[in-house]
Amino acid sequence: MVLADFADQLLAGTWMTVQLAVTSLFFGTILGLLGAGARLSSLLPLRLIGGFYTTVIRGIPELLVVLMIYFGASVVLMGVASQFGYDEYIEINPFTAGVIALSLTFGGYATEVFRGAFQAIPEGQRESAQSLGMTSSRTLHKVILPQVWRYALPGLGNLFLILLKDTALVSVIGLEDLMRKTTAAVGFTREPFTFYLAAAFIYLGLTVISMVAIHSMERKSNRGLEVA
Amino acid sequence: MDWDIIIEYAPRLLDGAWLTFKLILLSGTIGALLAVPLAFGRISESYWVRSIPYAYIFFFRGTPLLVQIFLVYYGLAQFEFVRDSALWPWLRQPWWCAIITFSLHTAAYIAEILRGALQNIPKGEVEACLTLGMSRLTMYRKVLLPRAFGMMIPAYGNEVILMLKGSALASTITLLDLTGMARTIIARTYTPVEIFFAAGVFYLAISMLIMLLFSWFERRYNAHQRPVM
Repeated sequence: MVLADFADQLLAGTWMTVQLAVTSLFFGTILGLLGAGARLSSLLPLRLIGGFYTTVIRGIPELLVVLMIYFGASVVLMGVASQFGYDEYIEINPFTAGVIALSLTFGGYATEVFRGAFQAIPEGQRESAQSLGMTSSRTLHKVILPQVWRYALPGLGNLFLILLKDTALVSVIGLEDLMRKTTAAVGFTREPFTFYLAAAFIYLGLTVISMVAIHSMERKSNRGLEVA
Repeated sequence: MDWDIIIEYAPRLLDGAWLTFKLILLSGTIGALLAVPLAFGRISESYWVRSIPYAYIFFFRGTPLLVQIFLVYYGLAQFEFVRDSALWPWLRQPWWCAIITFSLHTAAYIAEILRGALQNIPKGEVEACLTLGMSRLTMYRKVLLPRAFGMMIPAYGNEVILMLKGSALASTITLLDLTGMARTIIARTYTPVEIFFAAGVFYLAISMLIMLLFSWFERRYNAHQRPVM
């Protein structure tokens, strides 16, 4: 079986894919929270920035974002650096470029998910917290955020599944993820169908594992609630 | 930012945008047609009929589009019977591989949207049709499918925009769509910031156009639901 000869390579690629997805999830969630904060802000400029961010990032292909960050950002960085007298060639490594691109994408969609979650919490709860004498930061921490988590989780779960599949795009700029390792194996064995199908099933496996994890997190976040 | 280079290459980018447009129009149409039987299979009462579209949808929604397009473009050539078949002159062209992949991919998503719409039609309407003595075929043709289409327009519009973004992957199998054209130009001029910026603006413009088109379409199609005043 040829597939078995490349098992360790595919495994290494899978590990890279998982690292990329989890790192992007972390930064993307932060971006999403910041974006939602901006969109719900009472300051008009912040609202405009938040709206601009989600509109633009959701209208541009993920592949184009990946390419833009990888090829565009190094040109911009070199331009900035040359202002300070540094004229060497600067290259962003594929992993960093991938994390930036995927976090930006995830964050753009997560902004809308978090905004919906914040707005789903009845105004009365904020008012009752206030009348109990809670400070606004305490209200946010103890009353609002725990519920935002509950409302946002299903949406974030879907976004993570999309993110997981989008990691394959980073192979285009040379990251040694599952997709690129598979392409390398295809180059050796000349069995493209076998190997791409194997990769597809590994991605499916990752999807299933994530779905199970998301489901158990949803159950946990809904404990104590009467849900049908 | 060098605006001259954008102006110089805008016609080439427009050519790319036209290819992108043809890709989503053709695969969107084929995908929508494929989605109808898939959705009906998915809501069948028989476990065996149900499980086939379920597995299909699960595979196409659970794996990256990039893997799917490589499976078709590079993968099919592995089999001798494919290379010997009468279809080979088409199957080896990147254009048809992209059309096949995108159609199969978007069909899985549209089928789920259509299924959701069909299952959300109030039971009373089905009962009303049956009371009037309609045959099942007439009921679906005249009442349920038109109703489901009306309900799924917003979700379908979103799916077309996702398809637009997915179509950028055609550039990985040498097609000169908007992204492919941008990459080709950059390889010659080495001006990634300007050309990617311009390509991004083109994509944004196309998605705005699609959104406008669908909101107009929804107003027309669901005119009966509009408030009177």
